[in-house]
Amino acid sequence: MRRRGLFSLQLGFTLLVCAFMFIPIVLSIMAGFTSNYIRGVSSGLTLRWVFEVWALYRDAIGLSLLIALACLAVTLVIGVPTAYVLAKVNHWSTRLIEELLVTPLAIPGLAIALGLIITYGTFRDFRTNWTFILVGHVLYTLPFMVRSVLAVLSSIDLRTLEEGAASLGATYWQRFFTIGLPNARSGIVAGALMVVTLSVGEFNITWMLHTPLNKTVPVGLADSYASMRLEIGSAYTTIFFVMIVPLLIAIQFLAQPRKRVKAPAR
Amino acid sequence: MSGEGHGVPIRLAQCAKTFRDGTRALDPLDLSIAAGETVVLLGPSGCGKTTTLRIIAGLESPDPGGRVFFGNEDVTVVPIEKRNVGMVFQSYALFPNLDVADNIAYGLKVRRVDPAIREQRVEAMLQMMHLEPLRERRIDQLSGGQKQRVALARAIAVEPQVLLMDEPLTALDAKLREELRLEINALLRRLKITTLYVTHDQSEAMALGDRIVVMTHGQVAQIGRPRDIYFSPANAFVANFIGTLNRLEGRLEEGVIVLPGGRLQVPGAPPGATIVSFRPEDVEIVDAAASGDGVLSGTVAGASFLGDRSRLLVEGVASAPVVLETDTRREFNPGDRIRFRIAQERLLMLDDGAKT
Repeated sequence: MRRRGLFSLQLGFTLLVCAFMFIPIVLSIMAGFTSNYIRGVSSGLTLRWVFEVWALYRDAIGLSLLIALACLAVTLVIGVPTAYVLAKVNHWSTRLIEELLVTPLAIPGLAIALGLIITYGTFRDFRTNWTFILVGHVLYTLPFMVRSVLAVLSSIDLRTLEEGAASLGATYWQRFFTIGLPNARSGIVAGALMVVTLSVGEFNITWMLHTPLNKTVPVGLADSYASMRLEIGSAYTTIFFVMIVPLLIAIQFLAQPRKRVKAPAR
Repeated sequence: MSGEGHGVPIRLAQCAKTFRDGTRALDPLDLSIAAGETVVLLGPSGCGKTTTLRIIAGLESPDPGGRVFFGNEDVTVVPIEKRNVGMVFQSYALFPNLDVADNIAYGLKVRRVDPAIREQRVEAMLQMMHLEPLRERRIDQLSGGQKQRVALARAIAVEPQVLLMDEPLTALDAKLREELRLEINALLRRLKITTLYVTHDQSEAMALGDRIVVMTHGQVAQIGRPRDIYFSPANAFVANFIGTLNRLEGRLEEGVIVLPGGRLQVPGAPPGATIVSFRPEDVEIVDAAASGDGVLSGTVAGASFLGDRSRLLVEGVASAPVVLETDTRREFNPGDRIRFRIAQERLLMLDDGAKT
């Protein structure tokens, strides 16, 4: 009997925690589809707010996706080879770089943005271009990509695998593409998911770097919460979800190992 | 199969290796290996054997002044991928992203060998190493012995002019090690690839090597055929490292050594720090009545019956207990008195030269 009581208690507690986390999300999404939030669902459901947000912030949504994908491309091109070299070369300088790579995480986003503005703010064309925000995002997300790939490469004794490949006649680039990259796959996927999620949701740096013409979704979201009806902000949240979830699923799907064409053994 | 007679002679000239932190891993070494010969580098860990192998492979470069020759070609500055060597690692180093057949095909693929020939060669390798049923297995689905077979097949598939093996059997259990050792031996005799084999296991070295290079502290202690090294070790280190050796330490008086268990004539003994020793199997058990110079006596402290022979631990002969091997017709039990003779020509006179 005591065990039953304990089980009920645990179940109750778990459900309570779930409710605590999910109810605000559900309410927020619901609010985006309600005609009048103050009067509640009884006022009727509508898609009006969603359309309104889409009309107002279509550009922000496009820009967010553009920056996230560009950020992913840049961190892949810079981050994966960096992790590869860090995993292969055992030298005090590589250990130092490894440590330095974490510093952007320790510095507040606002400070990073301020640094960028002080340094490059006078280049007017650059300052007002979306790539200015991209630079901030890359600075912020690159360590996640490098760390993620490096963790996987460190766990497989890459150096001996490379020596094996070299003894069989593989050149540096052949080794990188046939041994380094394929064995880093799981780290690259994890890093890519992280980079895209962080970039799409990034607020601190973007808020400092954005111009009225260059807004991303989180910045627009903050605007609409601050200055418009709550329904607009809520509809905005819904669009945010709809945008990020397929993106993450797509990345995981793209990264799946290709099925072998050959028949299975035995 | 193809790949026969591809061996090339190897010559190391004054190859030394000092690591960046200043440690001397290898003193200047001269070594010649004939085409098709199997040479085993044998020694305890840290003796420089793996460094020597890695210098030949091209994974380490010798200190300035050292030269590596494959045949007449100076390959000192040629990187490993251009040296046409096959390498087998202790940790196998198989590619986890490829299956068994693709691992074996890897070397042929990166060398852009014609796909038809490649298929054929991979097939031959799978067959030779009894791996056909495993061709599409992932590497993490293989046992240790299977992994080592794949590693060997992968190394041989590219028809290397030199085969380098770095403790290939160390990670396997004893029975499997024995089996694979026989397989490797047969393979090396058949392929006639010049082979360098690194191990710390003396029985592996004895079984596989045409010649053995015994190393210690970055230096060569002795180079020779397995028989030479076993029967005429150059010094106490070599003798101790290969097989069991009994030391007789006692007063040396005019060609006679006086021991607690009797007197032993050693006419050839040079003066100075000489250790007189003998192998356990080089004794003849004599009756209790026998006496005189050359007969030693002691008390059996332990006896193990090994079927074809017995191994006895005998106390009271010299300052330390000695190990004797006898045939099994006579039974000895702990506490028994035993008398034995060592033929004079079987005594080993070794200087203490190398540190043990």
